[in-house]
Amino acid sequence: MMKRRDVIGAAAGLVGLVWVRPATADADELAAAVAAFAGGVPVRAGRVEFDIAPLVENGNTVPVTVRVPSPMTEADHVTAIAIFNQRNPQRDVANFTLGPRAGRATVSTRIRLAGSQQLVAVAKMNDGSCWSKTVDVLVTLAACVEP
Amino acid sequence: MKRLALLLLTLGAMPALAADARRSGYDDMSPQVQAMQRDDGVNPAMLWVKEGEAMWARDCARCHGDAATSMRGVAARYPAFDAATQHPITLSQRIASHQRATPLAPESDALLSIESYVAFQSRGLPIAPPADPRLQPFRERGEQLYRRRIGQLDFSCAQCHDEHAGQHLGGSTIPQAHPTGYPMYRLEWQGMASLQRRLRSCMNGVRAEPFAHGAPELVELELYLNARAAGMRIETPAVRP
Amino acid sequence: MARALITMPTTAKRGDVVEIRTLIAHPMETGYRAGADGAIVPRNLIRRFTCHYHDGRDEVQVFGAELFPAVAANPFIAFTTVATASGTLRFTWSGDQGFTQTETASLTVT
Repeated sequence: MMKRRDVIGAAAGLVGLVWVRPATADADELAAAVAAFAGGVPVRAGRVEFDIAPLVENGNTVPVTVRVPSPMTEADHVTAIAIFNQRNPQRDVANFTLGPRAGRATVSTRIRLAGSQQLVAVAKMNDGSCWSKTVDVLVTLAACVEP
Repeated sequence: MKRLALLLLTLGAMPALAADARRSGYDDMSPQVQAMQRDDGVNPAMLWVKEGEAMWARDCARCHGDAATSMRGVAARYPAFDAATQHPITLSQRIASHQRATPLAPESDALLSIESYVAFQSRGLPIAPPADPRLQPFRERGEQLYRRRIGQLDFSCAQCHDEHAGQHLGGSTIPQAHPTGYPMYRLEWQGMASLQRRLRSCMNGVRAEPFAHGAPELVELELYLNARAAGMRIETPAVRP
Repeated sequence: MARALITMPTTAKRGDVVEIRTLIAHPMETGYRAGADGAIVPRNLIRRFTCHYHDGRDEVQVFGAELFPAVAANPFIAFTTVATASGTLRFTWSGDQGFTQTETASLTVT
């Protein structure tokens, strides 16, 4: 006899499966999206800070902040920041255009995560170099799966 | 003095939760979501409060003046007894048909906006159920509904929110279910919602047929929930997962 | 209801970096969801956001964003800009179904 707990767990698991894609295809696509943004320039890990909760209770609205310490002068500044994901239906999340007028290279937004996955934030500098930070996020399911 | 004694007697009859053991849903949230609620510059619910402010200026100010003065404390004492219908009435119901030929629809942006703006004027104040003896039979019916098992999953509100509050269901902490921040922004719905919507969706969650919008049972439940949460601070507009 | 909320200081000292928080009411419908009737709800997104700063001399785009379905409903975007001189900041959102909205805010720079 199925206990109530099993029914709820099964129902929750079923909903979680809807948008999650196989991991291998995603890793390649994620790398491709990052490379496309970087325009062929090698992307180095570093310089980028990516603030996101490692464990998220609701994947519908997840606060994120990407920060790149930089003097943001004409001579030395961040020109763009982009965020990519691994397992949503589409790799892009958001692209931001900055420049010396920004004063600081810090952007915040709130994003959707279709399940636990990897995210990458990429920063382009005015000297043409590209830097990135990769994070892993665990997304738990809402308890009551109802309309 | 008599009214105070009556209120204390009524509240003394409330089972289960001592005042200091009560937790708002806010206390059960992650720091990130708490931060979203705390800062009016990032709280998405403030979009509805701002819309409500504009609607107030256009439709309500001519009679009610400055909301910060005239509406302060109002949300804290709803549901209240409506002499016209001889039934309790929620703040939402009071606003929906007030001075309108066609009532504002339940869960409409218009109604949620004005209600948010009005309830916002009571932010920080304690929930203060009116010590009106005429509300007592409805409050008692609300408590019976709260304790009644319903739906295919055969759960009562009390089982999750009294007996198992603080434990986990799926990935979430089961809250004590105090209506401290309505209308509120629910991340799950990516939108603004009333207490009635939350109650109806909880009923769906246990696979029960939800009461219709505006059903007396929903009003009685709200009456009981507010008595159960008496003294807790209003957080409107709250954010919840 | 396309209400927008801009939170930023009204005054700043020249050279200060001011923080700007923006919120706009919008469903950001992904185009991947099925509605209650089973049919896919059509995509309806804000695609672009810009901030222009008119400081009396010229108007310059100081920040821009391109948004995709992964951005949560009622988009929140926070960024910074240098207070150069007193002027007006113009915030523009645009997207699907001809959506466009503009808000302005004044900044007094001393």
